[in-house]
Amino acid sequence: MAEIKCRAISKGTATGEVLLSSQAISFYGGVDPLTGVITEKGHPLEGKSISGKVLVFPNGKGSTVGSYALYRMKKHGSAPLAMVNRETDAIVAVGAIISGIPMVDKPESDVFTLLKDGQKVSVDGTEGKITTE
Amino acid sequence: MELTKQEEKMLSGGQGEAVRKSMEILVALGKIFGADRLIPVSSVQIAGVSYDNLGEAGLEFLADMAKDGKARALTTLNPAGMDLENWENLGISREFADKQMLVIDAFAKMGVITSCTCTPYLIGNLPRFGEHIAWSESSAVCFANSVLGARSNREGGPSALASAITGRTPNYGMHIDANRQASVLVRVKTKIHGTSEFGALGKVIGEKAGNKIPLIRGVHEASLEELKGLCASIATYGGTAMFHIPKITPERTKVPKEAIEVSRDDIKAALESMNDECEPDFVSLGCPHLSIREIENIAGMLRGKHVKIETWLATARQTKRLADMMGYSKVIEDSGAKFACDTCMVVAPLKGRFKCLATDSAKSCFYARGKNAFKVHAGTFEQCISAAITGKWKK
Repeated sequence: MAEIKCRAISKGTATGEVLLSSQAISFYGGVDPLTGVITEKGHPLEGKSISGKVLVFPNGKGSTVGSYALYRMKKHGSAPLAMVNRETDAIVAVGAIISGIPMVDKPESDVFTLLKDGQKVSVDGTEGKITTE
Repeated sequence: MELTKQEEKMLSGGQGEAVRKSMEILVALGKIFGADRLIPVSSVQIAGVSYDNLGEAGLEFLADMAKDGKARALTTLNPAGMDLENWENLGISREFADKQMLVIDAFAKMGVITSCTCTPYLIGNLPRFGEHIAWSESSAVCFANSVLGARSNREGGPSALASAITGRTPNYGMHIDANRQASVLVRVKTKIHGTSEFGALGKVIGEKAGNKIPLIRGVHEASLEELKGLCASIATYGGTAMFHIPKITPERTKVPKEAIEVSRDDIKAALESMNDECEPDFVSLGCPHLSIREIENIAGMLRGKHVKIETWLATARQTKRLADMMGYSKVIEDSGAKFACDTCMVVAPLKGRFKCLATDSAKSCFYARGKNAFKVHAGTFEQCISAAITGKWKK
């Protein structure tokens, strides 16, 4: 078991499988809010669902309505279980907070090389840490 | 970030759930952007009002906040997805109208002034020089910082609402003196005239300078209407929250080393880039919302004429009331043109209804293409009104 220290952004804890995205995500217009499938043309995760995953991505992009889009997904049950950013932005951070999705950013080690798709991890958005099994 | 005892209490739920959630949002933003503390705000402008953008979840969020949230600062709203009184005339469905009214009701319950305009500074939400405020609506943020000298970051809908409910915002970005200095010098080598050219100037600067604050030299005259057009396009195409124009905007700045030039060719190219091959089937003026002077001007052009295609004049309801008093509204409505109060073509549910938009607004062109897949023509008021009357675009 290893622990990666992070900055706490949105409270709560969750355990689930990692899904990595090397590119930023636009939650308004880039994701189908009903299914959680990435719809943005040419995105590395195009066609994959972020629903129920520990979603690891650099940061958000696009419209400020993105915060409401995350909230909408959470209500539909299609939101990610938890989120990890390299360095987050206002749109994703506010979206996580208003939706109650546990979230951390600024991990002390490079999670994009350290973590693998499908790996089981726990995200603690209250204490600010990721725990791997 | 340091919080006062009262703010700690707000964060731990001592003043209700809406305040707690709002404080959580503001504290997180403060942490992300390195704010040292929260500061009081006296004025708030909230975007994210159209049901077309909010959807059912956004409406639920607002309804939750409205359970015990109350605005603690003067708070006004951005345009909604329809004219709140005359929506049927604009071809909006009853289903949409019912949902939109629930959004408005939630804001009203929180004590928010349901003004629904992107020009709050024209209808009584007018912060003074140096005042700390929390505004969303990128064009209004740019106007407040640049023209008024008030201080606002580019807030999103939820963070602006959080500021309304707590009366606070994190102290970072545009609230700090040092961050309001220009970082790029723009030398304008040609005379800029009219709202469509100021819009084109904003597009050129925005695309060249991104979100850097420009010091714009070579612009010696600019009306209120030209400045609001410049604010809308420079924020849409570049993302900046502020610009400086010597002797027109009130704050001083150092002269940056990095410099760019804007020529007549650049303005021409920008206007050409916003003119597609098509004949207009929709004319929309009022992005940002029309001033009373612009409505007077349009009434003069439409007197005794009839429009052939759907023509919207987007404005604040209060400005329309003035136009009613002055008899401009009757002249305009007799021509068949329609007022679109409380709304505009950017946020109304218009996808699929039209193919080719004529407008004076560079910002409208961006959203007409991106959100609604329309073709566009950008030009002067005269060109747009002529297109409304003839159904043809004249170069």
